[in-house]
Amino acid sequence: MWSRWNLCSYCCRHYLSPLRLSCGVTCDPSYRLLSYGSRNYKQNDFFRDLDQEFEKFHKKLKESLPGSSWSPFENTVHLAPERADIVIVGGGVIGWSIAYWLKQKERIRDGVKVLVVERDPTYSQASTVLSVGGIRQQFSIPENIRMSLFSAYFLRTINEHLGVVNEDPIDIQFNPSGYLFLADENRAALLEENVAIQRSCSAEVALLGPEQLKKKFPWLNTEDVALASYGLENEGWFDPWSLLNAFRRKALSMGVYQTHGNVAGFDFFIREMVTSSGDPVTFRRIKVVNVQAPNSLEYQPVECSIVVNAAGPWSGKVAEMATIGSGPPDTLAGIKIPVEPKKRYVYVFHCYDGPGLNCPLLIDNTGAYFRREGLGGNYICGLSPDEDEEPDINNLNVDYEFFQQKVWPKLAHRVNAFESLKVKGGWAGYYDYNTFDQNAILGNHPLVQNMFFATGFSGHGLQQSPAVGRAIAELILDGSYQTLDLGTFSFERIYNGEKALERNIV
Amino acid sequence: MAAAGLWTRGRDIASLLTAGSRYSSTSFSSSPAPLKQRIIHHLYTRFYDLESIINWTVHLQQWNIRRKNAYFGYTEKHYGRSAAVTYFVLSQKGGVRFQGQETWFRSNKRGKINWDFLNFKDVPVEEVDVSGSPLNYIGLDNLVTLKELKMLNLSGCPYLDDWCLSRLHVFKDSLEELSLAGCPQVTERGLATLHHLENLKRLDVSHLPSVSNKELIAIMMEEMLPHCTIIGLDYSSELAKESQPETRTEPQELRAE
Repeated sequence: MWSRWNLCSYCCRHYLSPLRLSCGVTCDPSYRLLSYGSRNYKQNDFFRDLDQEFEKFHKKLKESLPGSSWSPFENTVHLAPERADIVIVGGGVIGWSIAYWLKQKERIRDGVKVLVVERDPTYSQASTVLSVGGIRQQFSIPENIRMSLFSAYFLRTINEHLGVVNEDPIDIQFNPSGYLFLADENRAALLEENVAIQRSCSAEVALLGPEQLKKKFPWLNTEDVALASYGLENEGWFDPWSLLNAFRRKALSMGVYQTHGNVAGFDFFIREMVTSSGDPVTFRRIKVVNVQAPNSLEYQPVECSIVVNAAGPWSGKVAEMATIGSGPPDTLAGIKIPVEPKKRYVYVFHCYDGPGLNCPLLIDNTGAYFRREGLGGNYICGLSPDEDEEPDINNLNVDYEFFQQKVWPKLAHRVNAFESLKVKGGWAGYYDYNTFDQNAILGNHPLVQNMFFATGFSGHGLQQSPAVGRAIAELILDGSYQTLDLGTFSFERIYNGEKALERNIV
Repeated sequence: MAAAGLWTRGRDIASLLTAGSRYSSTSFSSSPAPLKQRIIHHLYTRFYDLESIINWTVHLQQWNIRRKNAYFGYTEKHYGRSAAVTYFVLSQKGGVRFQGQETWFRSNKRGKINWDFLNFKDVPVEEVDVSGSPLNYIGLDNLVTLKELKMLNLSGCPYLDDWCLSRLHVFKDSLEELSLAGCPQVTERGLATLHHLENLKRLDVSHLPSVSNKELIAIMMEEMLPHCTIIGLDYSSELAKESQPETRTEPQELRAE
């Protein structure tokens, strides 16, 4: 009886639209069971098996009737569901974190139907997995520090939050080795000021003079260092892939849907209005997200009520699709989302007598950074290029000239042992770079009211992902920030021209 | 009565599901789980009731650990730092020695506490033994107030992880002896943070199952803590097993550096 009903709904899905509609409206669980294998439903094993049986049958039918391409069964597993409450564009760590927190905060089981759309299931170009994976509290804006402190708490108790029963405990391989920021004489006062802000937010940061520094890290050249700040607790680096997978696994087990595909466009409800001063204003609400299946022209319109733009470096493009920034300049409708992809290189090198077990993630006063990678004398390093030397973003090729000419001299000056190093490899990844003030953009857009942003992190999105996910979920489900007020990162600041400038950008 | 029975049974079920590979996250065991566990998992994926019972028991276990590690703020406010720490440690069935004293304060076998320690509430605590207790990161809130601590025994604590080790930097001026023996969650990543403890003279890191590359770690730790005797990471025997007798002298040379 059960299977027959499911079979019916399965085959009718594309041919009998009235039935399809009624199924969706009444939210019959059996309807959803078959269509999307991603959902970890009760009795999922049986129906997943059934799905496979269907595919086998489909194949057999095709083989036995080779002349015709017609088939009574259309396989639609690869398409997105037809409707969802909240569509999250971008399945990076931010997207999955938002999905997890939405499910975590829902009051009743399946209260919200969340769909995560990810373009590349292999995550080959995703910023999350190509990052260096650092977490630090050494920021200059209190909100950033508090977000990072919450993230540290979350990562510390990750098994209480993201643990799935009957699976291995999560190990994000956290290295609590701290960040060491160096400052020359010009920036020493600024560093001291930042540390005062960090301490007022109860971050554990120590200030070290050149002598203390030399005593603690004998391998360091402290010639032009006036002051250094060293994070003692909750700072270090971890494995981004484990965190992404933990979020993803937990969110899927809580009933989030995922689909692979590109967001091809949006359909809107449009409302024209006139302000009191007589200017026309167009309000839009996204009605439908068109999700294109990978490697094909087939797409599925997904009806939804809220869209979260967590597409990282490509969120500017997603916003453009939602007509943000297409209006006349100098009006609210004409302001683009100032997020661009920027390519950053990470190099791996080997140095047999480099810094040992106590090596922190060192950030030089020139902007170059390095950290230990494992125990075998390997290190990874990088540097943000000058603004006029930004590399081409069309591919992720690594420019080793940049290491030879820019990065190496700075590292060798700081750590003399690095004069004899050997480059072993490298990779490149994209920053979701906020050209306005290098900080996150969180919250909805005033004109496209149901699009929420969680983007523009400019390199510290991974470490802030747990806090950002919680904040966006609060914004969506509670209507305002409940635990941590992140109002300074709203979109309005771009319209008002108020920069939330972060002085500690790496 | 029935509820209590259900509760204990539920706890058994949860432990069956979760305790399978609690600390062996690094090893990818592919051997099939025991039949009882598989049956319960089978039912878990099929019945919402069982799912919520198990989730509740897991939450209760976590809450219980948090409860055992609560901060003794009230005691600290009314009786002072030393008394609060002593009370915390004794309720963990640990031991405390005050400065200038020979005897250790310990709770007896049944967990009864000898309240005489209140006579020493103004004397700083010098040695703390919390071995085998459910101490975790939040429990360390109680200990980090000790400025004069000389010896800390954390051996055999199942919930002590790398995050906890990164908190030990507060003892950097005083701590001389530290034991981490037999802590299943401590790895080399946490051991790297011990470089803060400059006065450390004796460090016991034996029986750490999560530490990989023990020989390499031993050498690197001796480099990091040159004045400290490190016990338990005995690389010389490992080297002797693998290599020729003439290379056996190599570790000694390294130590001399």
